[in-house]
Amino acid sequence: MEIKNLTTSFRIGEEYYAAVDDVSLNLQENEVLAIVGESGSGKSATAFSLMGLHNRAKIEGEILFKGRDIANLSTSKMNKIRGNEISMIFQDPLTALNPLMEVGKQIGEVLLLHKKDMSKQERRDYSIELLERVGLPRPERVVDQFPHELSGGMRQRVIIAIAIANKPELLIADEPTTALDVTIQAQILDLMRELKDDLNSGVILITHDLGVVAEMADRVAVMYAGEIVEIADVESLFVNPQHPYTRSLLSSVPATDFAQDRLHVIQGIVPSLKNLPREGCRFKERIPWIEDAAHEDDPQLHEISENHYVRCTCYQHFYFPEESKEEQTNGVTES
Amino acid sequence: MALLKVDDLKIHFPIRGGILNRKIDEVRAVDGVSFEVKEGQTYGLVGESGSGKTTTGKAVMGLNNITEGDMYFEDAHLNAKKGKKVDVRKDVQMIFQDPYSSLNPRKRVLDIVAEPFRNYEKMSKADEKEKVKELLERVGISKDSIFKYPHEFSGGQRQRIGVARAIALNPKLIIADEPVSALDVSVQAQVLNFLQDIQKDMNLTLLFIAHDLGVIKHMCDRIGIMYQGRLVEEGLKEDIFNNPQHIYTKRLVAAIPDVDPRRREEHQRFRAQVKEEYQQSFYDYFDENGMAYDLRSISDTHKVALPERG
Repeated sequence: MEIKNLTTSFRIGEEYYAAVDDVSLNLQENEVLAIVGESGSGKSATAFSLMGLHNRAKIEGEILFKGRDIANLSTSKMNKIRGNEISMIFQDPLTALNPLMEVGKQIGEVLLLHKKDMSKQERRDYSIELLERVGLPRPERVVDQFPHELSGGMRQRVIIAIAIANKPELLIADEPTTALDVTIQAQILDLMRELKDDLNSGVILITHDLGVVAEMADRVAVMYAGEIVEIADVESLFVNPQHPYTRSLLSSVPATDFAQDRLHVIQGIVPSLKNLPREGCRFKERIPWIEDAAHEDDPQLHEISENHYVRCTCYQHFYFPEESKEEQTNGVTES
Repeated sequence: MALLKVDDLKIHFPIRGGILNRKIDEVRAVDGVSFEVKEGQTYGLVGESGSGKTTTGKAVMGLNNITEGDMYFEDAHLNAKKGKKVDVRKDVQMIFQDPYSSLNPRKRVLDIVAEPFRNYEKMSKADEKEKVKELLERVGISKDSIFKYPHEFSGGQRQRIGVARAIALNPKLIIADEPVSALDVSVQAQVLNFLQDIQKDMNLTLLFIAHDLGVIKHMCDRIGIMYQGRLVEEGLKEDIFNNPQHIYTKRLVAAIPDVDPRRREEHQRFRAQVKEEYQQSFYDYFDENGMAYDLRSISDTHKVALPERG
């Protein structure tokens, strides 16, 4: 999978605004690439573009999947790929399943679409096998149950079973564990890791939870305001983060293994799609204490060490306000 | 002295059915929970969904009917028989989880924040406006925004409007039910810092309900871990995180993702080990019905739900 200069724009009123702006990424087999960012950063918009799920958006650039551009494929052609070679795990297991259909039938649907030669009985048997594969107890009973009879964790397992039914080469997981309790989250992450190794497929993991990223990802792309601001392998990103946004994010999470008095707060708010700063460093207005000269006019991704890219030059000059002046912001600076 | 004391609280919800809609069974949402919150302290209630933590919080607010047990606020009996009930609603306030649904979209900020003291104090319109402006400034929102509607604010700002409403009557105890779980991390940091400031300024006591152990560790002095309507472990923050005794607590602590990718494998091994221990020794920690035992002190500050023998 290779994404080249992907730009996804939505129309607001008369004009198009880019929610994903010139994003380039690549993904190898059996690799987990995490896309991290806050709401409004464009991470989900990227994933939906890959699946061709945006209805009225303007998509520019190339999405090369096994050498073939799938960026603006027709719905019928895309339907052959979706759920087959590329499939998706959604955030909310309650709304992603049809409440009026037995679990087995919902799995059967993807098989019916992509494996036309299977008989009804074969589909049922294979569904049971899949349910067993994702670790559901008594799959031969679950297959005839409705989603409301299952718990949240079990439903998410059903969704995963549907996603892997056709052994996809690429799996896109959009916040797969956000709606789940921590102990269930741990189980689901274990399962996804196992399946990825089994199927040898690539995974794009979209999340805002840095803990999940640290556990799962091989490489991480951090997105802010539609752009990738830093991309690196997981160790360099967590041990040696460079971009001001990455560093701010990491220091605003309460850690469990050491005590902090205060959490770092990023000033201001994530700009809305209409008000995105389109020129210069997009993170500039949230770090006003860094002088203008530190930023590039047209920020590019710089390779600072092998496979570690950072956008803009401001990272070289960045420091936390707490480090320099002692009586700095008391956290509430947003008006 | 304990500001809030909850003693053997039980809340059971009836399940009705059959042709006469009689009670056929009950859900024991909270089944024998006792704890004390000292003045100025932050007490954290942790558990997974369905563990009864929110039900407990709501009971303290008087939003749930109590089946059995007693609650005392500053020695006043909260759930005494009718007519003898003391009114503590002024002193106990609540902050809700979802800042999008807990503010009335058709009311202006002025009306939202002024509502508590419209109920309790007689104020002229001008005084009221002044007071609201003061409160908004305190939570870091521009005082010019009193005529705006909730949709004009971001999630973090809305949560702060919710806080402004909660502190309007100078309460002594605030119950915060998952106040940051609907927010992004950077906004979450903002609200948490801000809650700590307000707490210090106003000498508030917080009952903090959450499922995120990172947040709980950051905020709380004392922690109670709930599982299926009962407390399985209770103690100071240090007791719970450095010396967890109950297998469920251990499992919960092990399930938190580690933010250091270098320790990934080590952490996974540890988690698998805890999981195995959990499966093997489940009946050492829970009775035949899968319920936790009564709490038993193992040090001055630390209580664990263990069976008689141990």
